[in-house]
Amino acid sequence: MSTIKLTIDGRQVEVEPGTTILEAARKLGIDIPTFCHDPELAPNGACRICVVEVEKARALVASCSAPVAPDMVVYTESERVVQARKAILRLILANHPLDCITCEKTGECKLQDYCYRYGISESDFEGEVKDLPLDDTNPFYIRDMNKCILCGRCVGRCQEINGAGAIDFINRGFNTVVGPAYGDPIEKSSCVFCGMCVDVCPVGALVPKAGIGKGRPWEVKKVKTICPYCGTGCSLYLHVKDGCIIGASPDFDGPANRGHLCSKGRFGWDFVHSEDRLTKPLIKKDGVFVEASWDEALDLVAEKVRDLIKRYGPDSLMGLSSAKATNEENYLFQKLMRSLGTNNVDHCARL
Amino acid sequence: MYEKHLMICGATGCLSSGSAKVHQALVEELAKHKLEKKCRLVMTGCPGFCEVGPIIVIYPDEVFYCRLKPQDIPELVEKHLLGGEIVERLLYKGPDVDAPARFYDTIPFYRKQKFNVLRNSGIIDPENIDEYIMRGGYRALSRALKMEPMEIIDEVKRSGLRGRGGAGFPTGLKWEFTYKAVGDKKYVVCNADEGDPGAFMDRSILEGDPHAVLEGMLIAARAIGSDEGYIYCRAEYPLAIKRLKTAIAQAEEYGFVGENILGYGFNFKFNIKEGAGAFVCGEETALLASIEGKRGMPRPRPPFPATSGLWGKPTVINNVETYANIPLILREGGLEEFVKIGTEGSKGTKVFALAGKIRNTGLCEVPMGITLREIIFDIGGGIKGGREFKAVQAGGPSGGCIPAEKLDLPVDYDSLTQAGAIMGSGGLVVMDDRTCMVDLARYFLSFTQKESCGKCIPCREGTKRMLEILERITEGLGKPDDLDRLQELASTIKDSALCGLGQTCPNPVLSTIRYFRHEYEEHINEKFCRSGVCKSLFDYFIDPELCNGCTRCARICPVGAISGERKETHVIDPEICTRCGSCVERCRQEAIKVTRVRREADVNH
Repeated sequence: MSTIKLTIDGRQVEVEPGTTILEAARKLGIDIPTFCHDPELAPNGACRICVVEVEKARALVASCSAPVAPDMVVYTESERVVQARKAILRLILANHPLDCITCEKTGECKLQDYCYRYGISESDFEGEVKDLPLDDTNPFYIRDMNKCILCGRCVGRCQEINGAGAIDFINRGFNTVVGPAYGDPIEKSSCVFCGMCVDVCPVGALVPKAGIGKGRPWEVKKVKTICPYCGTGCSLYLHVKDGCIIGASPDFDGPANRGHLCSKGRFGWDFVHSEDRLTKPLIKKDGVFVEASWDEALDLVAEKVRDLIKRYGPDSLMGLSSAKATNEENYLFQKLMRSLGTNNVDHCARL
Repeated sequence: MYEKHLMICGATGCLSSGSAKVHQALVEELAKHKLEKKCRLVMTGCPGFCEVGPIIVIYPDEVFYCRLKPQDIPELVEKHLLGGEIVERLLYKGPDVDAPARFYDTIPFYRKQKFNVLRNSGIIDPENIDEYIMRGGYRALSRALKMEPMEIIDEVKRSGLRGRGGAGFPTGLKWEFTYKAVGDKKYVVCNADEGDPGAFMDRSILEGDPHAVLEGMLIAARAIGSDEGYIYCRAEYPLAIKRLKTAIAQAEEYGFVGENILGYGFNFKFNIKEGAGAFVCGEETALLASIEGKRGMPRPRPPFPATSGLWGKPTVINNVETYANIPLILREGGLEEFVKIGTEGSKGTKVFALAGKIRNTGLCEVPMGITLREIIFDIGGGIKGGREFKAVQAGGPSGGCIPAEKLDLPVDYDSLTQAGAIMGSGGLVVMDDRTCMVDLARYFLSFTQKESCGKCIPCREGTKRMLEILERITEGLGKPDDLDRLQELASTIKDSALCGLGQTCPNPVLSTIRYFRHEYEEHINEKFCRSGVCKSLFDYFIDPELCNGCTRCARICPVGAISGERKETHVIDPEICTRCGSCVERCRQEAIKVTRVRREADVNH
């Protein structure tokens, strides 16, 4: 099929049929703001911040969902567009806490970014503001629905990608909220705590508990790594500050996971700095575990292994390795066992 | 052999004014006089004139009895059925007739109407397919079965039929898009989720002539190549649903529905989906989501349902009244008749529901192009109590208010849009001088805010802020820049909301500001509601010139705010008065007037 030519902000662009105006604009490096747009979900068209002016169209058009048409003429920052975006931002702010000073999302909040971009510092609408209880009973993340702008990305991810279907829109009009059925707390729902909702929330409505108060986004170093929990090999970023892991987020370009993680990869990093974690080997002496040096411990293991092989043969041995070790380490471990003469080797990865 | 046919209205309007009891009384009375074999009693659909219900029309005598009570029945049976004498006191009487009117043709309410869609309503037994067939039913289907799909679509296009659900999209074009769309399965959907306050056109069609809708859908299915359809009907219409189910079962039995229809190798199956009560489910994409079992929320278009509708398949979705028009167009010679009625851009008739402060509430079907004045004054009988006409809200919460100076506007899609209203589904709510236009705008906004699906920000948050401003104004807390803010918000919502409901919901506010700006300004600047509706913005006082001291007002006042001796002028204490308005209704002299609130500042000076 032939390509479609259109003009965006006075510049020509040629794209495949079916491309949205937003995608075409991005091709030109034009940044159209979005809250609800999610490339992995069906177009939602909910937030309306991405509206653009299309010549001959009656109303403004949501660029995230409107497909391009031949010879379309689009303006992404016309006066009419900017006026609508400002009005939308003012409407959001009228019903959103202005606690950016302490909000965990500060610095990577889309609402903050767009208000900055369009010079909106406060809302001039008086009236009712949401006052909903915090849902913080689960160990992984806080749901503060007072900050939610109802973009619906969390709902889309939960329903269309994860399939857990734990959350959806509830009520109508101003009273619309996102939440589990019957207003239950999230841990009583079918939520599997994959954290996908947290990753796509454009504002501070969904915040991982682990990092609260531990650092601002600009202070955090994001270290790209592969999740060690299982063999899928999900790519992720560990959030590190002062040598400590304070959180993790998925790598949206990761070939194996393309931005998806499970609850372990997304939230399961507290073990790294846990006080209960073994960092030195222990040897039981007289019924009590006593700290030992690595040389001492390895010597003891080598001696016992040698002794067992001599007395009962190599198949008297079995090796069980940890899923938390890397794949390479696990590979080496099975090699070791086989070189000792046994195939008795297993691994605790269960996901 | 039956000698007489008694058609008693069994539609919701007459049922609520007691037609079931009248029916029961008739059954008993007929049995008493052993007339069951001679008189056939039929519960029909709506003949339209709800104001004077319950209604019985007796054929072949052609007598229209109205405002019946069970106690009238013995006399009716005795005199009319046994004695062959018309019971004059039960005929239609009103200020618009000199003598009691005997039949439809002499009742002014019916004189300017043109029955197309309501052709069978009130005439046939809606639960008997034979009666529909006798009136020419299913002939259009059998004709369509012999035609090529594009021939059917061409006829619908040539008829100029536009969607009766409100937006007025050309029906034939919609069918053509769906016919041409690629899909292994296609659906025909009927939107029967009639939700506008005061509107009951679709309900009456479904209750009065369900087969017309089925036939319309079958023809649509034949035209686009569909084998399955859904009727999305609100659960608040149990009678309509019951009659639809009966009609589908009978049509199946007769071979109009099911496999290999009339031997043409055409299959079609009907499903009924009951709506759960969300207004927004009248929006086509929300309706389709609801059928799929999802929350009823609109989605962006394109893709339009014609290419990707129910479960992603090409889908034709039309309103009840649109489908009911189809058999008329497709029957032999129907197209020529159809295009004779209406205006250049709006062909055919439109059914309107008359509600509010109008004398003849009910349902009327009129040719497009008729003026609002004719609908409201000639058919509707003017304003209740002889008061002054102020405005008419056309098109429900998405529509707009049309003032007296626009009464001679011809009613069609384009002229109504130009006047700031919309055709909408056909609800006309009439207002008199006691209706406050600010309060009216507040009412419609509170409706749309409650019914907003909550998906898009302009509608969810914007209507809330508009409503809050309107609430403030009606409470006397309006600020000088409120009108600008309302207009600014309204234009943002119109320009950027996701669906048709969001984009049109500021219309009641915009149109009332356009035509009744002075009322807003009076509320904001002078803190005065001259219509006597916004309770903090007026006082009642009794005009001593008019008061005759009858004491009726003092006796009805629930809080004892009115004092005065018999035959002497009465006085209302504004401190005690709650402005409930009971005294105004009670006073025969119209002596109780609305006045500005006397404020502290005024007293001191």
